[in-house]
Amino acid sequence: MKIPAGTHPFPHPHLLAIEGLQPWEIGFLLDEAEQWVETSRRARKHDDRLQGLTQINAFFENSTRTLLSFEIAGKRLGADVVNLAAGVSSLKKGETLLDTALTLNAMQPDVIVIRHESSGAVALIAEKVDCPVLNAGDGRHEHPTQALLDALTIRRRKGRIAGLTVAICGDILHSRVARSNFHLLTALGAEVRAVAPPTLMPVGIERLGVVPFTDMEAGLKGADVVMMLRLQLERMDGAYVPSTREYFRTFGLTRERLAAAGADVLVMHPGPMNRGVEIESVVADDIQRSAITEQVEMGVAVRMACLDVLTRTRRGEWGRGQWA
Amino acid sequence: MSALLIRGARLVDPTAGTDSVGDLLVKDREIAAIGPGLTVPAGAEVVEARGQVLAPGLIDAGVFRTDVEAAVAGGITSVLLMPDQSPVLDDPALVERAERLGKPRLWVRPLAAATRGLNGRELGELSLMKDAGAVAVATGRAAIADAQVMLRLLRYAAGLKLVVIAHAECPFLTAGAVATESEAATRLGLAAAPAAAEAVQIARDLRLAEEAGAALHFACVSTREGVDLVRSARARGQDVTAGTAPAYALLSDTALAGYRSFARLSPPLRSEDDRAAVREGLADGTISVLASRHDPRTQEEKRLPFADAAPGAAGSATLLALGLALVHDGTLTLPRLLALLSANPAARFGLPGGRLAIGDPADLLLFDPGAPWRIMSDRLPGRAGNTPFDGLPVQGQVRLLLKGGERLA
Repeated sequence: MKIPAGTHPFPHPHLLAIEGLQPWEIGFLLDEAEQWVETSRRARKHDDRLQGLTQINAFFENSTRTLLSFEIAGKRLGADVVNLAAGVSSLKKGETLLDTALTLNAMQPDVIVIRHESSGAVALIAEKVDCPVLNAGDGRHEHPTQALLDALTIRRRKGRIAGLTVAICGDILHSRVARSNFHLLTALGAEVRAVAPPTLMPVGIERLGVVPFTDMEAGLKGADVVMMLRLQLERMDGAYVPSTREYFRTFGLTRERLAAAGADVLVMHPGPMNRGVEIESVVADDIQRSAITEQVEMGVAVRMACLDVLTRTRRGEWGRGQWA
Repeated sequence: MSALLIRGARLVDPTAGTDSVGDLLVKDREIAAIGPGLTVPAGAEVVEARGQVLAPGLIDAGVFRTDVEAAVAGGITSVLLMPDQSPVLDDPALVERAERLGKPRLWVRPLAAATRGLNGRELGELSLMKDAGAVAVATGRAAIADAQVMLRLLRYAAGLKLVVIAHAECPFLTAGAVATESEAATRLGLAAAPAAAEAVQIARDLRLAEEAGAALHFACVSTREGVDLVRSARARGQDVTAGTAPAYALLSDTALAGYRSFARLSPPLRSEDDRAAVREGLADGTISVLASRHDPRTQEEKRLPFADAAPGAAGSATLLALGLALVHDGTLTLPRLLALLSANPAARFGLPGGRLAIGDPADLLLFDPGAPWRIMSDRLPGRAGNTPFDGLPVQGQVRLLLKGGERLA
């Protein structure tokens, strides 16, 4: 996607959501991420452009993979990375979220990466701090870097995103990954399907430009990309679906079921996987079709790109009128 | 006490249905005379109304806090206090105490808690609380989940000739929800319940009230289906009334954009179609009470992520101006609005007021329906300014407020 002449390639102080981003802004972040894929594959992975900058990863909700990915991304760019994990945060001592935000802000960070269990919480904090904020997942709202890494994975494997049919399957209702992907993939011109049992399908989903399917076979038919979502354990106790085995029978991604999709279908999963619940091991481990480990690799590259782009103004890299 | 003559006012009596220009004399805390061209008694103070509206003091039929400053600023002389207090109004002594909370500037009419501690299981001491001053029974912020308890409540209250004020949201469907299922809630990733949660509860309670022969009032109806159910029950002759709040006639769930916690209400904001239905219900009389549901919240309760913030909005100070918005846009006539704000709740709950009658206590409101101002959350009088209408330009300013002939504003 070409950036229109005279337009800033990414005129946003924060990255809080994919919704509202222009297609070329998404494309710009993906283009920027490409170089970091190469850097990360070298033995010496260091680039010092964020040297001297402080990056705080404030994770108010437990996370291992995303936190690690952001930490590695920051360190590869030379930033001083510190992590605030939920267990040690003063929120447990009764401090309010905004007081915690002001405390973090007073430590003069240059970028803050936040995950919070409540939708909208990251945007609330972003209003109160003086540095760029990166949303690493807020409630069931958005998880923008996950959608970006998914898009980068698809683009590198398929060469494009426009015109592809992408089926996103599983617990759509509670998934911030699904929401960010809906916005990103539809913005870049993919045909997006939401495949879920009716109890896990949010109301008004078609208004987001995606086509809902409650039948897995129909939803997979002719798909170029199948993106499976994790089914949270607490949803499997009979409240939303009767049982793990029934879910696997009706919505699990098996080799037989995948045959309905395109011949060179790409299988993705944001992880961590529940093998035998939403995805069969033989599908997850199929190196021809599964891009699941590649997604993790792209995650670091995309996060490096986001950290770089968001801190450019602060580093003096971006001034007025620098772009064509 | 000296006399006060209000001269040249537009006198609107929503009970009598009259609307004419004239004078009104207040003497000895009572309305002493009404009519055109009254003579000024010796020593009387004269207020020139210049065509401004003189009406009965407003009766706010449902507030969650006694907030005298906010009520006075809003032209309210009488409030129905929900039982959701700390402690809950489930004891005659507490009801008696609540009744005195607003004195001398505001009549507080307590509502008895339907069940002990509003636990939804054991009936409150309704008869004792009635004797202590409770004007009706209320289920409070939540509906009674157990249908058997609700039926017994309705039967028991019917025996005492007390109206039951019910919250119309199915507690099972709304468990954990902070919004109405819709595109807006889906985009924002908010836990949501279907709008049908209201209709489910209204349908159940209407049927149970019919079974019990009880008088039922739904505190806040906010959906098309809910309005339709009340309308058809009334057409069948059932003793049911419904109220709503200005937010449900003026706002929809698009106000949730940006996770504004001031727009987190109970019941949650609905769709545009529901909003239109609430206006239709107000216009055709299906909804006969407009209440503020005044629920001031501190910053600690509202400066939080949307789902973690407490529900509710401050509403007393803005009730009249927001009601007038429905007059200015042609949904309601002025006398009809004033009926929703005084005569109807007075008639439904057996309260004094709601009319301009000689010999009645002088609880009177003089206001300029066209005077503009802007709602500013940080400048609202009262305990807190958590209003979803922050920044909205409105019309309607209180010029004079009398309670028992005493000038409050």
